[in-house]
Parts: sequence; C-alpha cells; structure tokens
Amino acid sequence: MKRSTLVRIAVQSILKNKMRTLLTMLGIVIGVAAVIVMVAVGQGAQSRIEEQINNLGTNLVIVTPGSSQAGGVSQGAGTFNRLTVEDAEKLEREGTLFAAVSPVIVSRAQVIGGQGNWRTMINGVSTEYFCIRDWQAADGALFSEADVRGMRKVVMLGHTVATSLFPDGDAVGQQVQIRSVPFKVAGVLSAKGQTASGADQDDVVVVPYTTARSRLSGFARVQQILASTYSPGDIAAAQEEVRSLIRESHRLGDDDDDDFTVRNQSDLAEAASGTTRVMSWLLAAIASISLLVGGIGIMNIMLVSVTERTREIGIRMAIGARGSDVLTQFLVESVVISVLGGLIGLALGFGGAALLGHITGWSTETPPQAVLIAVGFSAAVGVFFGFYPARQAAALDPIQALRYE
Amino acid sequence: MSVIRIDNVTKVYRSGQNEVPALRGVDLSVAAGEMLAIMGASGSGKSTLMNILGCLDMPTSGQYHLDGVHVNQLGRNQLADLRNQKLGFIFQGFNLLARTSALENVELPLLYDRSGRQHDSRALAAQALERVGLGNRLDHVPSELSGGQQQRVAIARALVMQPTLLLADEPTGNLDSRTSVEIMALFQELNDQGITILVVTHESDIAAYCRRTVEVRDGLILRDEPVVQLRRAARDLRTLAAPPPVGGPAPGAAIGEATRSPPAGSP
Repeated sequence: MKRSTLVRIAVQSILKNKMRTLLTMLGIVIGVAAVIVMVAVGQGAQSRIEEQINNLGTNLVIVTPGSSQAGGVSQGAGTFNRLTVEDAEKLEREGTLFAAVSPVIVSRAQVIGGQGNWRTMINGVSTEYFCIRDWQAADGALFSEADVRGMRKVVMLGHTVATSLFPDGDAVGQQVQIRSVPFKVAGVLSAKGQTASGADQDDVVVVPYTTARSRLSGFARVQQILASTYSPGDIAAAQEEVRSLIRESHRLGDDDDDDFTVRNQSDLAEAASGTTRVMSWLLAAIASISLLVGGIGIMNIMLVSVTERTREIGIRMAIGARGSDVLTQFLVESVVISVLGGLIGLALGFGGAALLGHITGWSTETPPQAVLIAVGFSAAVGVFFGFYPARQAAALDPIQALRYE
Repeated sequence: MSVIRIDNVTKVYRSGQNEVPALRGVDLSVAAGEMLAIMGASGSGKSTLMNILGCLDMPTSGQYHLDGVHVNQLGRNQLADLRNQKLGFIFQGFNLLARTSALENVELPLLYDRSGRQHDSRALAAQALERVGLGNRLDHVPSELSGGQQQRVAIARALVMQPTLLLADEPTGNLDSRTSVEIMALFQELNDQGITILVVTHESDIAAYCRRTVEVRDGLILRDEPVVQLRRAARDLRTLAAPPPVGGPAPGAAIGEATRSPPAGSP
C-alpha cells in the first residue's frame, strides 16, 4: 500500500475521534513542553556560569600550591605552599608563550579610611594582573610598573570597598590604612559583579605585590600565579611550560611529584558547571518521566481503540487488508498523534521557557537541537507504545472480529 | 468454468476435549454467472461453509478452488489479497465504517489493492455507488442513510473491485420486507449483468429470488436443486403499494423484463 494512503487512513480515523485524540496528545504535549522548559532552564544556568568564568580573564592559566601528604592523608590544596614570587618572575623571564604573568599574594585585613573601616581581601599583584583579568580603573588610574618596582604604597580599591569607605565617590587621592601602613588610593576598579558561587569580586583591594611583600606583614607566600597566553590554542603548551619551569625553580627531581597545580579556565568552568549540569540532567530526567507517562497514555488509548474498533478491523480484513496493513495503520495513528503532540509541546515549551525567563528573571536558553530531540523522542514514544496495541489489532481473527459486538 | 469448486470439505472445531464437526464432507460447484442461495437453520454449518468460501477460514480437510486458485495452499497474506481481488462481501449488519462517508467506505477495498493497477479510486467508488442507485448520496455517512441505503453502500463496496464472486451473508436479515425485495431486485439486476452471486439465508422467500438453492443440514448438503419458478423481485416491487423511500431510481427499473428468458436451471 502506498505510504500516502496509510497516512490518509490514519489521519481519517484520528480526525473521527477529535476529543479522544486531543486528550491522548495532551500527555505528550505536557511531556515534551516540560522537557524543553527544563532543558532551557538548565542550559541557561550553565551558560551564565560559563560567562562568569570567562569574566575571570582570557586564555587564563592558573598555578596554585599543591597539596602535601602526611602519612597517606592528603592535607588539601594550599597546605604546603612553595609558590614564590621568584617562580612568577621566572615565568615572566623565561616563559615564551605568555602575554602576561602576575603573582597573587592574598591576605585579609582591615582597611581604614574615609567614612570608617572595612575588612576585605588584599591582593598583591603586578601591573599585568589587570591585563590578565581584563580589569580597568573606573576612577583614577591603575598603578604603574614604576609603582611596583619602587614598592610604592599605592592601592586600587574594589568597587564595593570604595563605595563603603567613600560613599561620595571622592576616593582617588585619599589615604587609607592597611595594617597601620598608610596607602594612597590610586584609583577605583570597575565593578565585576558576583562570581558563579555568589562571592563579590569587587570586595577587594589591590596593591603592588612588592609593596605587599615588604611593607605588610604576613605576605610571604604566593597563593596563586595567574598567566595568560596570546591565543587559546597555546593554553595546553603553556600549561606544560609552566610546569617544567616551576619544577626547575623548585628543583624537583624526576621522581618527585609536582608540589603545585596548573589549571586553565576550562578546568574551572568544568568544575563550576558540573553541579549545574547534574542539576539540569536531573530536571530533564524528571520531565522525561512525564513524557513516559504520556506514552503510556497513548498505549492505553490505543488498546481501548483496538478493542472498540475490533469490528472495523474485521471489516478491513474481510475486504483484503493484510495483518501488516492493520499493524501499520495503528502504528501510524499513534506516531501521528505523538508527533503532533510533540510539535505542540515544542511550541508550548519554547513559549513556556520564554515566559518563565521573563517572570523569574532566570536566563533560559532553548537549544536548537531540542526541536529534533522533541520530535524524535515523541515519534519514538509513539512507535514504542503504539506497537503492542497495533500488534494486537493485526493478530485478530477476521471471523471473530466481524462477529464482535 | 466453475468459480467455486469444493471437494469433500470438512471442518472440525475443537473446544477443549470435544471435537465438534461443523462440516462433514461437502461438495459444491458454482459456475460463473450463477445466483445461488445457501439455506439452512442456525447450527446447520452454513456459516462455516460461508467462512470457508469467503477465504476467512480454512477447511480441516478437502480441497477448495476459487476461480482456479487452490486456496488450501495460501498463507494469511495471500488469503487477504484473494479476498480483496476476487470476493465481495455483503453482511447482515452492513458493516460500514461509522462516521465515514459512503464514498470513503466504497473506496476502502481499493486502498488495499496490491495488484499494482493504477486507478482513480474516487472515480471508481463514485461509479460503484452510481450503479447501486446512490449517486446522490456520496458524502453521506452511514448514520444519515436508511438500512436499505446502507446495504446498497455495502454492495457498492463489494462491487468496486469487480470481484468474481459476491458473497452475501443474510443480506436482508436487518431489513424490512419491502427493502429486502429491493435489495434482491438489485442482486438480480447485477446477476443479469453477469456477476456470480452467492446468498446465504434462512428465509425461503429470499431464496426464491435465486436460480438455485442449496440446503445444508448437520454439516452436509441435503438438497441442491434449481429453482423451478424464479420470482422476479422487480415485478414483486411493483405490486407492493408504497413508493420506494430511496432517493435513487427504483431498482430494477432499467431491466427489460419482457425480453427475459425463463429461469435457467443449474448446470
């Protein structure tokens, strides 16, 4: 039989039971719409996190202290810090792939000045830090190479710190005290907003690392060395280079393990989006359950339909329909119902995702593959759950089917 | 050449331990152009015979040849194709698809045609409906048609594939007496055009419109004889008072009865 004829027969009998068809479809509609909305929410969250990771800087390579082990018990990152400013300087001198390198010396301290005081993070860095993190001065100017070389007591205030100490916006040129050492405010950094985990990136003050090391007590070790490469393609090679240079600097033998960790931005992104990914899979999984329930609904209705139409099946067989014709008819019916439901669900899902994003302010992102997935899945549901009833129909004995009341 | 030839056909139904014989060795031969009634009370085996003749059921033993095809050797699919190509079924309960127009109902067998013939199924279906006098009822669904009209749609559906044999199972069982005569008039008209018709009935009134009567009892053929005095349904209709309720032309009206030869006997 021609394919167009099959579809025509199926569509004819679907149209003859509009209400029942609509109700059957509803299960698939809701299932597909739910999957799409959930995927959109998950994708939205994920891409927001990626955006924030990218906000850290471009082509970033990050060196952090390694972990020490005591009798087989790992002590966690940073417990055995052998990173030094010299490591950073060696990278800058001898590295070939780096656009910029900066050590980051971190401490917490009270900053006093202006309207009061504020406890915040003190970062000691080189001028290249601003280039790596793509951070500009919103007010005043970034401190200079000369400031770093001269260990001058200049400070850049993060946006949060600046607004809390100098609410009038007159921070530049003022004096603040950090651990009783007076610093001159060179400028205020532009606002960066929150990290993926909700930490305020602007709650920070930045000083030259030379100054931090010599003038502020407790700034001996380097918490982090940040470097950036010229192009994203260099990142892998750069990580290798960093490794060999620092191993050299730390005089590690061939058998010794690294006492530091080298990561890149995508490692960070990976870690950060891991949770969200699990979350969005979970959401999609829950939503697919409703798709499954929709499929069972189709099977239910198709079984009822086969029983109800036993006589029709008998008539069709008596006038020459083969078992395979009947099977295909019912199969096409369930596939048409579910694909139609899938398409409606698709439209509803796109609309729903947009609406949800609008109401809640979450970023939602509907991946274009969702179209294929939704249609493919609903067709598969139709075939899977339509097959059993269709086979029941095809296996009927024409004599008994004709006698069925 | 015979359209139907069955030799020593038996059919035994099994129910649990018991074996119930429905047919116990039946021989029957039907020539092309015949109009034959199979009669019998319920339980006589006539329905079983009908199912076997209709290729819906297989005999337990014995041979069945339909239009030269040895039916015994066919599989399920080939039987379906045979029903599609060579047989036209007419049932007591009409068995039309509900909520489906007359045209679509008649078109149905054409949709299952695997012979590869090219045809305009709509036009053929319309022609068949025209032939049974329902040319002006193409788009009506069964619930909008009277019993007689529904049976005409069923006859059109049976005719549309130009089968070698029309099999009518109690075709007038659900109809009033006047409509019954109308349907029989239509059968006679079709038979006059050369179509072989086999009517299963338990009413001798209806059998009287056929040219040959076969009576089945207890799974055996009891009697097989030509009808001596054939009744013409069209003539009977004229003696019945009420005008036909059908919108189409009165069945049999076109037949030139004066020129008809007296009833032919069975071969």
